[in-house]
Amino acid sequence: MVARADFEHSDGADGAEVRFTGRLTLARLGDLPARLDALGPIATLDLSALERIDTVGAWIVTRTAGAHDAKVVGASEEAQRLLEALASDKSEYRVHRDRRPGWVRMLEQVGTASTAIWHELLGIVGFFGAMIVALGTQIRARRRLRWNAVVTRFQAVGVDALPIIGLMSFLIGIVIAQQGAVQLEQFGLEVFTINLVGRASIRELGLLMTAIMVAGRSGSAFAAQIGTMKLTEEIDAMRTIGVSPMEAIVLPRVAASTITMPLLGFYASLCAIAGGGLFCWVGLDIPPLTYIQRLREIIPMTDFWIMLIKAPVFGILIGVTGCYEGMQVRQNAEEVGQRTTSAVVAAIFLVIVLDAMFAVFFSSLGWN
Amino acid sequence: MVDETEIEIREELAAADAVRPEKFDKAICIRGLRNQFGDAVIHDDLDLDVHSGEILGVVGGSGTGKSVLMRSIIGLQTPTAGEIEVYGKTLDTIANEEESRDLRRRWGVMFQGGALFSTLSVAENIQVPLREYYPRLDQKLLDEIAAYKVQMVGLPSDAGPKFPAELSGGMVKRAGLARALALDPALLFLDEPTAGLDPIGAAKFDELLRGLADTMGLTVFLITHDLDTLYATCDRVAVLAEKKVIAVGTIPELLATEHPWIQDYFNGPRGRAAAGCNIATERQNRKS
Repeated sequence: MVARADFEHSDGADGAEVRFTGRLTLARLGDLPARLDALGPIATLDLSALERIDTVGAWIVTRTAGAHDAKVVGASEEAQRLLEALASDKSEYRVHRDRRPGWVRMLEQVGTASTAIWHELLGIVGFFGAMIVALGTQIRARRRLRWNAVVTRFQAVGVDALPIIGLMSFLIGIVIAQQGAVQLEQFGLEVFTINLVGRASIRELGLLMTAIMVAGRSGSAFAAQIGTMKLTEEIDAMRTIGVSPMEAIVLPRVAASTITMPLLGFYASLCAIAGGGLFCWVGLDIPPLTYIQRLREIIPMTDFWIMLIKAPVFGILIGVTGCYEGMQVRQNAEEVGQRTTSAVVAAIFLVIVLDAMFAVFFSSLGWN
Repeated sequence: MVDETEIEIREELAAADAVRPEKFDKAICIRGLRNQFGDAVIHDDLDLDVHSGEILGVVGGSGTGKSVLMRSIIGLQTPTAGEIEVYGKTLDTIANEEESRDLRRRWGVMFQGGALFSTLSVAENIQVPLREYYPRLDQKLLDEIAAYKVQMVGLPSDAGPKFPAELSGGMVKRAGLARALALDPALLFLDEPTAGLDPIGAAKFDELLRGLADTMGLTVFLITHDLDTLYATCDRVAVLAEKKVIAVGTIPELLATEHPWIQDYFNGPRGRAAAGCNIATERQNRKS
């Protein structure tokens, strides 16, 4: 059993005389600070019986001496050195940031978050502008787009995503068909399930689900990759060498996601239609040939155009948001995580807002 | 009737007795160390002693395994063969967790890049080891300890609440040193503390290190490339080459050896400049 740091005290005329014993070190501190605080006025602190002392012990002596205006006696040479090292005034040394009351901080957070959303939106628009300018310079200077980089990204964003997007869309097709059939059966109109599946997947769902998946897979990857490159100063190194990060990093990524989105969206729609077809065949006894025949009658060409118009816009949006958020990383690893999250959230949110606007726009064009 | 805090205190005290640095003349004792990565042998039959209370500088060309040696001692790298004893204990063979924790508590490590936790402020970084080993310390005392450690390593008074990303290179090194010193260790490992500092900052760091080592009675294992640091701070210097420690001794002793690498190192243009500087300051000191 090891003795903890201890003290004896005897009362004097001006206050107690405290005599420390054993080792006044961090490991043996025990509850000494609390017991020391419980004492009344202290006149002298006697260190002569101490075996050892470390900076924490010396700090406790210094602090107690300061609080009680007590004398320190019997310090060994070692203790004296430590006491001297700690003697200077530490009152101005701050440990925490300034604390404000809870409600002020809450208001502050609401305010900061609101302006942050606004700045983020402006930032994305600004970044898009800067990217267009960079594209313009690249074309004017007759430098070629970095097709190798585009193809690499195309592989990551598009080809590698085929299995998961296919499976997801196929299942969604089945779900729409099944849920639609349950409702339409009540009117004896289950054949209209085909209309539901066909039009919903070509016009809206195939592309929307693809956009969400690409934002989650690739938007986040863009943000994390670029964010890490910012942290390791690769982006700065690139700038100093004279390579524009916009041309080398951002444009290929945005180009890849822009080219990929229409293809993936169309593929997803087909998978959803296939899923719906499977359900119609198995669940509603509609043979595949009839299903396809019917699809050709009910899906107008405009639905297809709508998808093809929306898809590249969503692609640009996801690519730009991901790259923008990555470029905003300044300080530390945690920021990479935060920025990646906001890249995904912002991209999905903006895609859905834009999709709603597109829906209203195309309806008023009469493309029903 | 013994209450819960009393039990905690007793456990803490019982754990504190496993390692007794003051009983050992040699803080670190390495015998026959071998480190191998695949076919590449980094150390072979390496012996080294670090005496209690000294500042031992470790020098060697790039790739001679200075950092690997340090990592082996502190248990981040399991040696292929050989024995490393720190205060009479060997990390691999320590069976109980208490003892190995107590051994770890006796040393502080400062990594080359500072390795500060980037999501915590400087003060919180200093408090991490304290909280880990002494969870009962109250916040007020923790804050006071952080404040005086910040002051001891010569950081400005407003550095405590700052995050590592807001600090300059020199300040990061000082904050790393403050965290390494948080537990009042007996043994301090420093990996290139002055690398990347300007000469004035490096000189100040040397001065700080020497002062702290004297005040706190530290044993320091110091990896460095910086000849000025060697002259200004180290009691002895160990030279790593040819997979082992080829020489250990004070700088004059090393200068007397014939080994070509040592001669090149200390008598190269930079070595002579550092030595000359040191002699000049000593002369000045003597005059004044």
